[in-house]
Amino acid sequence: MPDLTELLIEVGALLLLLGLLGRISRRFGLSPIPLYLLAGLAFGHGGVLSLSDSQEFFAIGAEIGVILLLVMLGLEYTAGELVDNLRTSAPAGLVDGLLNALPGAAFALLLGWNWVTAVVLAGVTWVSSSGVIAKILADLGRLGNRETPVILSVLVIEDLAMAFYLPLVTAVLAGASLVTGGKALAIAVVTVVAVLLVAIRFGHVISKAISVKDPEALLLVVFGLTLLVAGVAGKLKVSAAVGAFLVGIAISGPVAHHAAQLLTPLRDLFAAAFFVFFGLATDPRDIPPVILPALALAVVTMATKVVTGYLAARRAGIALPGRLRAGLALMPRGEFSIVIAGLAAGSAGVAPQLAPLATAYVLITVVAGSALARLPDTAWFKRLLRRRAQPAAPAPVPAAQ
Amino acid sequence: MRGGIVIAVRVRVEQTALPGVGVRHDLITEAGRRIGVITHRTGQRDLVLYAEDDPDASIADIPLTTDEAIALADLLGNPLVLGQLSSVEGAPGLRTGQITISADSPYVGRTLGDTRARTRTGASIVAVIRDETVHPSPDPEFRFEAGDILVVIGTQRGIDGVIAILARDDTDV
Repeated sequence: MPDLTELLIEVGALLLLLGLLGRISRRFGLSPIPLYLLAGLAFGHGGVLSLSDSQEFFAIGAEIGVILLLVMLGLEYTAGELVDNLRTSAPAGLVDGLLNALPGAAFALLLGWNWVTAVVLAGVTWVSSSGVIAKILADLGRLGNRETPVILSVLVIEDLAMAFYLPLVTAVLAGASLVTGGKALAIAVVTVVAVLLVAIRFGHVISKAISVKDPEALLLVVFGLTLLVAGVAGKLKVSAAVGAFLVGIAISGPVAHHAAQLLTPLRDLFAAAFFVFFGLATDPRDIPPVILPALALAVVTMATKVVTGYLAARRAGIALPGRLRAGLALMPRGEFSIVIAGLAAGSAGVAPQLAPLATAYVLITVVAGSALARLPDTAWFKRLLRRRAQPAAPAPVPAAQ
Repeated sequence: MRGGIVIAVRVRVEQTALPGVGVRHDLITEAGRRIGVITHRTGQRDLVLYAEDDPDASIADIPLTTDEAIALADLLGNPLVLGQLSSVEGAPGLRTGQITISADSPYVGRTLGDTRARTRTGASIVAVIRDETVHPSPDPEFRFEAGDILVVIGTQRGIDGVIAILARDDTDV
């Protein structure tokens, strides 16, 4: 049993520090995720100061953080939106998966790591950060841009793909053979399809059973339901995170809207605990040796994201500047990459360098990605595009449907 | 959208879903400029203006509260919708009002008949505006959605009564 007063002091001091760091990062228009990770690194095992009594608190907080990140993601989309997106943007999602997951896997194998690590690293490089990117789009006033739906579609499909990928990774990490892994995947597919169908058909009924009139009861009901389903899903080896995601999808309408508002502060708190815990669990002395590989991986997979965005936007009939904006905006990786690396961290079958590599990788892509996303708005970039466009295309690009 | 009149008869309005954000409607003017409106899930609306040289890029994204959006719509085009109604304003004591069904209204998903608004307040709901469409004289079976704008005629007291009914779910106002 940890000393309670020590625990209060440690947790309080760390949360206070995170709050200050969050303010600093927002001043520079950056996501606070990199700073949270750095704070975790600084106070973890082998850092400047080592926390002792609050480790357990942050470990549990981190679990809840992942569940809240996922349920909020589910609340953001309706089942109908997910299905529509799958129908219209599946090719873009497929290109995205191939172009970004394969380099991660190939990179792991190239470094001589085993195939389990390759599967995990593929996920780390695959998924863009919807949180970071949504913030960038809003900050740069690009919500109205015509390439924005393309970017959002890619993010939605990635999030949906996670509902299948996470159970697979969970099974693979548990040392399962390909057959058991396939079985876990099949269970996940059936569950997700069932939940989508139920949510589309009976979403009103489910949501009606939960009243929006009493915020306190709503908070407890939705939060309790989410933890319960996540726990059961974890017991069934489908991954707790996916269970939470499905709860978010099954709830719709005004209930979803209110639940999202109520859960947001909780999510912010526990997600911060999650990023800190990931940093805490990583020894900062492991980072310098993996910085060069992380940099190489970041350069390659940021380039493949640009290609992904370019192709997806071209398919939607967007002109060259819009295609580049889409590509550059998709670069940052964030919460999901850390969730995936966090699942794998400490597993026996995974290369121990994976967690420090993922930390460095996310730091690089969030910082570089946020900066590069602003590139298409600069005057010289526009001039460059105009100069290139003039000899090549005398006619203006038609705004295709 | 049965029985609806599309205001934008001669203008093609394109609708695009923004997953996780809301919906964007946009149109290209005769002069070739693109204008759009983003309707957020939260009810916030953004007026979006696009660049001339790059029709995919927005140069201004102006957030509007529900009231501001309604005021702007009034200024721009509501003669089409409310021009006829404004004549009743001349009648002493009679007013028109616009009431938005908020996402947390108990009447989201319920019918006009359920509100028993006319019986309880004396004010009439004469039209419902949903997206670009005006539904004049909605029948009692008309089912409300969040974001619907109701056009109400009655005394100030009556209109206030309808606002109160739509905001909370008590049966005796």
